[in-house]
Amino acid sequence: MTLVKHELRQGRVAFWVWTGVLAFLLATCVFLYPQMKGEMGQMNDLFASMGSFSDAFGMDKLNFGSLIGYYAVECSNTLGLGGAFFAALTAASALCGEEKNRTAEFLLTHPVSRTRIAAEKLISVLLRMLGMNLLVFAVSLASVAAIGEEIPWKELCLLHLAHCLMSLEIAGICFGVSAFLRGGSAGLGIGIAALFYAANLLANVTEKARFLKYLTPFGYCDGADLVSEGLAWPKLAVGLAMAAACILAAFVYYPRKDIH
Amino acid sequence: MDAIKTQGLTKYYGKARGVENLDLTVEQGDFFGFIGPNGAGKSTTIRTLLGLISPSAGSASVLGLDAVRDRTAILRRVGYLPSEAVFYGGMRVREVLKLSAELRRKDCAAEAARLCERLQLDPAARVGALSYGNRKKVGIVCALQAEPELLILDEPTGGLDPLMQREFFQILRERNETGTTVFLSSHVLSEVQRNCARAAVIRAGRIVACDRVEALSSAGAKRVTVHGAVDLNGLEGLRDRKDLEDGASFLYSGGMEALLKVLAAGRVTDLSVSEPDLEELFLHFYEGGEAK
Repeated sequence: MTLVKHELRQGRVAFWVWTGVLAFLLATCVFLYPQMKGEMGQMNDLFASMGSFSDAFGMDKLNFGSLIGYYAVECSNTLGLGGAFFAALTAASALCGEEKNRTAEFLLTHPVSRTRIAAEKLISVLLRMLGMNLLVFAVSLASVAAIGEEIPWKELCLLHLAHCLMSLEIAGICFGVSAFLRGGSAGLGIGIAALFYAANLLANVTEKARFLKYLTPFGYCDGADLVSEGLAWPKLAVGLAMAAACILAAFVYYPRKDIH
Repeated sequence: MDAIKTQGLTKYYGKARGVENLDLTVEQGDFFGFIGPNGAGKSTTIRTLLGLISPSAGSASVLGLDAVRDRTAILRRVGYLPSEAVFYGGMRVREVLKLSAELRRKDCAAEAARLCERLQLDPAARVGALSYGNRKKVGIVCALQAEPELLILDEPTGGLDPLMQREFFQILRERNETGTTVFLSSHVLSEVQRNCARAAVIRAGRIVACDRVEALSSAGAKRVTVHGAVDLNGLEGLRDRKDLEDGASFLYSGGMEALLKVLAAGRVTDLSVSEPDLEELFLHFYEGGEAK
């Protein structure tokens, strides 16, 4: 596990910055809730009547006056986008970063198989995703408790589980892509995450694009759907299968890749 | 068993030539120089030997193991110094050396400390703040600390000051005396001439000469410097002619009798015949882009 430790050390600054920022934003959203609670109740009708905009963000299905309704839209969007970007950035540079930063000649000339290198790098990426999600979840729970609201355990657990799975899926997909890249990976990673997000917005507003919900991990992370319908297992299964396929492709290709 | 053996080794990057039909043998215990200009295929050969790239055709074996199939087993027994040593930002020298040792699953702390002392390398320094030469030293310690059977060094002296180069080659000679094979790629011919027992010259992806350094240096040719008035026109085996104020200097690989006849026909005030150095050999092999 030498490489796992090394990777975690190398990525520790980014990890703490992203985790800290996401936790802070979520806590801020939660702490704003008591102030917004009264106003949000009145705004429910307004949000529900904003047509496609409301549909896109699922605001037509939720009660903004309730903590979970507010949390599902405000906090989920923050955690969804932030978690997706962190996962994409971390995983997209996992394998190709060595070539880009010209450290590949150091690492790959040590007696460690490429398969082991890929495996340990993947483990370190997944550990960071799990760590970030757990810490953000803990801060979120503490924030809800701090404002004196009853913790909606089931819904909160479901929301955070879905977002954790989403970051793992995006990490898996970007990790797979990383094996095929040589140079810049940050732009592509961000692009993949943004594309998934946009696909979900599109699927929310257009019936014809509803199938996109199966292709984007945001499809099973939609706060409104999660609270009203629970976790969409078929969408989750498709997403995890996509991530598994990308990871498999990385493990097949990376050991044969020419390192320049 | 040969330390390095390539047979018909060919590597193309798309349409671009890396190496072509390269046959090279380095015996165990050799101190071997691999000479060639930039783009000749030195790094491609080394990268193939280390399994960083796969050959397009032919084969490469290191310590009797196949470079593609047995990559990890080879790397366990090889120390490598890249031409440009780049390490992870934010790490200290001792952390890089420890990481390298841990990746080899070996405790190299004692040897690393000895090497750092000899190379005057501060283990507490941050690698990001090191000069090019000091980064090279970190690479040297990484390559040597595990005491591998074979050292592959790609242009190892870049950035090292002359004193440090001397210490570095002293360490290499000590290792070589205890049986370590040293494979050194360079375009600094003097360091190959001073330190290597055998050498190969690579040009445009092919080996154009491979022999003992002394044999390569002479290569059947002598450096002749003649002062006075001598008509050298028509003398066969003459090349690399440099006209002097009162004579000429040239590489000569023809018959001595013919040379003496030409000299005797002229008015010679001074004459010297010497072994050419490797620099001259290098130019000889690359003159006009054609192998001689």
